Amino acid sequence: MEIPENVKKRLSIPAEEHFYAGHTACQGCGASLGLRYVLKAYGKKTIFAIPACCSTIIAGPWPYSALNANLFHTAFETTGAVIGGIEAALKAKGYKVKGEDGIMVVGWAGDGGTADIGLQALSGFLERGHDAVYIMYDNEAYMNTGIQRSSSTPYGAWTTNTPGGKMHFLEKRNKKKVIDIVIAHDIPYAATASVAYPEDFIRKLKKAQKIPGPSFIQLFAPCPTGWRSPTDKSIELARLAVQTAYFPLFEYENGKYKINMPSTKKEPKPIEEFLKLQGRFKYMTKEDVEILQQWVIHEWEKLKKLAEVFG
Amino acid sequence: MKYKPIRKVVSGNYAAAYAAKHARVEVVAAYPITPQTSIIEKIAEFISNGEVENLQYVPVESEHSAMAACIGASAAGARAFTATSAQGLALMHEMLHWASGARLPIVMVDVNRAMAPPWSVWDDQTDSLAQRDTGWMQFYAENNQEVYDGVLMAFKVAETVNLPAMVVESAFILSHTYDIVEMIPQELVDEFLPPRKPLYTLTDFDNPIAVGSLGGPNDYYEFRYKIEKAMDDARKVIKEVGKEFGEMFGRDYRQMIELYRTDDADFVFMGMGSLMGTVKQAVDVLREEGYKVGAAKVRWFRPFPKDELYELAKNVEGIAVLDRNFSFGQEGILFNEAKGVLYNTNAHPIIKNYIVGLGGRDFTVNDVKKIAENMKAIIEKGELDVEVDWYHLKR
Ligand SMILES: Cc1ncc(C[n+]2csc(CCOP(=O)(O)OP(=O)(O)O)c2C)c(N)n1
Ligand code: SF4
Repeated sequence: MEIPENVKKRLSIPAEEHFYAGHTACQGCGASLGLRYVLKAYGKKTIFAIPACCSTIIAGPWPYSALNANLFHTAFETTGAVIGGIEAALKAKGYKVKGEDGIMVVGWAGDGGTADIGLQALSGFLERGHDAVYIMYDNEAYMNTGIQRSSSTPYGAWTTNTPGGKMHFLEKRNKKKVIDIVIAHDIPYAATASVAYPEDFIRKLKKAQKIPGPSFIQLFAPCPTGWRSPTDKSIELARLAVQTAYFPLFEYENGKYKINMPSTKKEPKPIEEFLKLQGRFKYMTKEDVEILQQWVIHEWEKLKKLAEVFG
Repeated sequence: MKYKPIRKVVSGNYAAAYAAKHARVEVVAAYPITPQTSIIEKIAEFISNGEVENLQYVPVESEHSAMAACIGASAAGARAFTATSAQGLALMHEMLHWASGARLPIVMVDVNRAMAPPWSVWDDQTDSLAQRDTGWMQFYAENNQEVYDGVLMAFKVAETVNLPAMVVESAFILSHTYDIVEMIPQELVDEFLPPRKPLYTLTDFDNPIAVGSLGGPNDYYEFRYKIEKAMDDARKVIKEVGKEFGEMFGRDYRQMIELYRTDDADFVFMGMGSLMGTVKQAVDVLREEGYKVGAAKVRWFRPFPKDELYELAKNVEGIAVLDRNFSFGQEGILFNEAKGVLYNTNAHPIIKNYIVGLGGRDFTVNDVKKIAENMKAIIEKGELDVEVDWYHLKR
């Protein structure tokens, strides 16, 4: 579809589409929106590496692809290593990588492929300093294999291997703070983002493009299928995750922390507002909710402190 | 020979490193493991001395990532190389399938080392042979010269048929033993091995592609067939490349099974890798003693040289298969393959399996002589004593 110039000018995110209709994501899928935004930000001069995850399916089976960009599907745990190899090859061949007009090498992996099985390769990628961007889309469980817990699943969540039931066998650990592990690698740029805030996400993608070295973005991406939530509530949920400070948006740039949202002045909304729209939290007791709320506040205070001291 | 070779006294590992350099590899991603380490150290040295251009060295955090990085690099069009051994190769296993499935001509040197436990750093072929179904071609080197030549040929074959290839050398016996290697001047290597022309590349942004996506039951089968077709084509390519190598550099590799004094042999010893050097020496000794024996060195295990084995088996009364490896619950792996090939033919010499040298156990000319005596007795009697003989076992 041709977009008139005057409309284009008013748009706050790029009008170009490089993510085709006809992809095979579920309705309301946050991950697919995320991919669309990445393609808007980077355009077609991009090489993606996508490991085993929902996005393998979203991108489509052979001989199709929903992405108007080059794409290498790879093994579950290898994203960090594969983008490192691609970047090395481009450099050996004399291509410009990253920057305004360089080729963008993008790792696009789920929370399982990042926080769990792929953590080692992610660490290697960050530590070696490749010029590429790693995006973890966080839907807080293994969705592709049918909703099992990952270490990014929050406390109190139902998944198929933390099913609740008579023994209250729910997820009992807090969400792993992957971004903190990433930052510990002392990389130039890391950020959280959300599909509910596309301008913020695209701004961060553009920043990651300009800054040399490895960048990491953890993107909050609701999954109605796995979260047992209405398909039209994904954006609302993603926004609530930010407003409750459950998933605050911030940037880490050369040692400095900056909170983008929610406001550090206002009290975050109660966590119940985020929980109540999702079937996955229905087994939580009042005490469970309190435990999760305490964790959220604790982490939020910690982040505020970091922004204050290292802002 | 039409050229002046550069003679260097080098270890098997250094021979591998020089070959990678002469092949003008563009990306090396590797992780250290004894006894492979000095290959990548040497390559790092080439870089630090400014002896190579455009070589990106990726010091990854594991072998799994080493292969993954090579896969990324190769998919992006680069000539990629790595080296490993035993546990490292086992850790790579999953990625070996990705390399062949994505039709990437990566070349890797595997230094044959025994698998733990118990920990062992010595020679044993089970690590590489356990990868036989991954779609990788496998070349077994007898000596340091063959390591060097093997890497150069492997790249050429791999890039012709678009499958990855492994060059296998034995732990310490080759990896750390110094020997004269005749190296080829760079211009001639360049002539033999021009820059890679990738089957596809991730850098054509006007015609983007997706590699490695889901292949349903309607397509997957054909993808497998195409790998087998490429393997089959490789037989011809290997012979051509081996012949060309011989014409250019004086060492002819057209035989996938190198035959040594087999013409009038009653029976032959068949095996792979460095132990065949010992066997050839033993053949000379045995010939002096009146034994009509020969040696058949399997150079390429994948693709398996079926026809050459058949031609050999037709003309001998017995084959002693020497396996420095074992497939538990069955038998030596080369033995197993050889029997499999011959079953549906009319060539049925007595064929016996000797398990030798596992985990670096010494295997000497004397051992070959004992095996010869045993083979002779079996052939005279016309029946096997045992099919699989754990030759060194302390009883
Ligand atoms: C080595 C290996 N183990 C297990 C799997 C099976 N597997 C495929 S996708 C997946 C879960 C992916 O979860 P995540 O990374 O969170 O992405 P999502 O599916 O949620 O988008 C698993 C366990 C695999 N492909 N490879
Ligand atoms: S299961 Fe969830 S993440 Fe996967 S495609 Fe469906 S909505 Fe998206």
